[in-house]
Amino acid sequence: MKNSESVENEGLLVRRIKNGTVIDHISPGEALNVVKILGITGTTQEALSIATNVPSRNMGKKDIVKLNNRELSKEEVNRIALISPKATINIIRNFKVFEKKGVETPTLIEGVVRCPNPGCISNTHEPIRSRFSVKGNGLHCIYCDWVITGDLPSHII
Amino acid sequence: MRHIISIGDFDREWIDSLLDHADRIDGKQYDSHTLEGKILAVLFFEPSTRTRLSFESAIARLGGTSLTVGSVEACSIAKGETLADTIRVVSGYADAIVIRHPKEGAARLAAEFSTVPVINAGDGAGQHPSQTLLDLYTIRQSMPIDGIDIALIGDLRYGRTAHSLASALSLYNARLHTLCPKGLELPETLSSRLAEQGMEIIGHEDIADVIPAVDVLYVTRVQRERFPDSASYFNVASSYRITPELLADAKKHLIVLHPLPRVDEIDPRVDEMPHAKYFEQSRNGVPVRMAMLMQVMQ
Repeated sequence: MKNSESVENEGLLVRRIKNGTVIDHISPGEALNVVKILGITGTTQEALSIATNVPSRNMGKKDIVKLNNRELSKEEVNRIALISPKATINIIRNFKVFEKKGVETPTLIEGVVRCPNPGCISNTHEPIRSRFSVKGNGLHCIYCDWVITGDLPSHII
Repeated sequence: MRHIISIGDFDREWIDSLLDHADRIDGKQYDSHTLEGKILAVLFFEPSTRTRLSFESAIARLGGTSLTVGSVEACSIAKGETLADTIRVVSGYADAIVIRHPKEGAARLAAEFSTVPVINAGDGAGQHPSQTLLDLYTIRQSMPIDGIDIALIGDLRYGRTAHSLASALSLYNARLHTLCPKGLELPETLSSRLAEQGMEIIGHEDIADVIPAVDVLYVTRVQRERFPDSASYFNVASSYRITPELLADAKKHLIVLHPLPRVDEIDPRVDEMPHAKYFEQSRNGVPVRMAMLMQVMQ
């Protein structure tokens, strides 16, 4: 929390949260995509704070996302690695950092990204979720082997 | 339970062992009661002659029987049933399922919902592993597969037989020569994966340059519907047509393969030349598919 705290102490942006998750050190400009990949939409009932292009000693600039009253699961945390592999996760309980962790690139993601191949069975009304294995050169569709190599956010469901 | 969905799921040892088995079957070294009492469901949601008949022939020669649906119009898919539900139901009626479907990944989905082994007999522009195995088997009858120069000619973008074969040949250090109409090149994801696996891919523009350089010509059909009008189709199709005159420059041991049906790609006069192996290739579908059925159903 030090970096984000220091940013706040300089009079910036968002208040501390009592309970929830702070996603810090997000690559600048990617905060909205992080929110998107977590499946958080405008209908959320909880307070959500987003700060972009915040000055950072280590990164120059960074984004921060604070989610009130929601602790991210390991699977959710690791999804963030696809967009911002250097992000750090702080689980907050009663204003204190209860747990701090980095993100790990997952080996498989389910129901997060839509296959761009219009001929893929995962784009039909079959009772399946999209599934991609994460490899060095991109995301590989388990069904049709299509590879997503760039612009991941535009494929998020 | 073993499924056969994509040739990429298997290593060279598995492929070689299956081809050896097919070879023994071809030499009549098999028990015709091996799959007696077993039932194969043949679910084809796209037209097929060779693949479907050779699977039915394969199960019959091993003493089993097959169940088929007449056409897509006559089955429950036409009523809006999902493929997942169809597979759940059919896997209760049979000991294995062979499926052809227009959507890529359909066989992978079928394997997830099936309680019996699934064999992919072609899924959209995706994979066609049984065709690849019989293609390799046919090449092996004429020459060792290792290190061959092979030309893929025709529709390399949508031609699933070309995709499957190219993937398998990367296990055999083959060098790939490609010749195709503009816009019908190998998909970028496939060609970059093959290159990563160390396969050399050489693009050509003139068929006369390709023929003297290769050991195998693998010709595929260019579908008329890929072109805006008949004139441009005929223009392209005629530029790739294999003729006895072109084959005059070929290596003596060159073989010509085609997954069939052919339309205009190979001059019928080539049929009588020793290079022509496409009808043997088609016949090889039976022993290779017998070996596949024994692999998953025994």
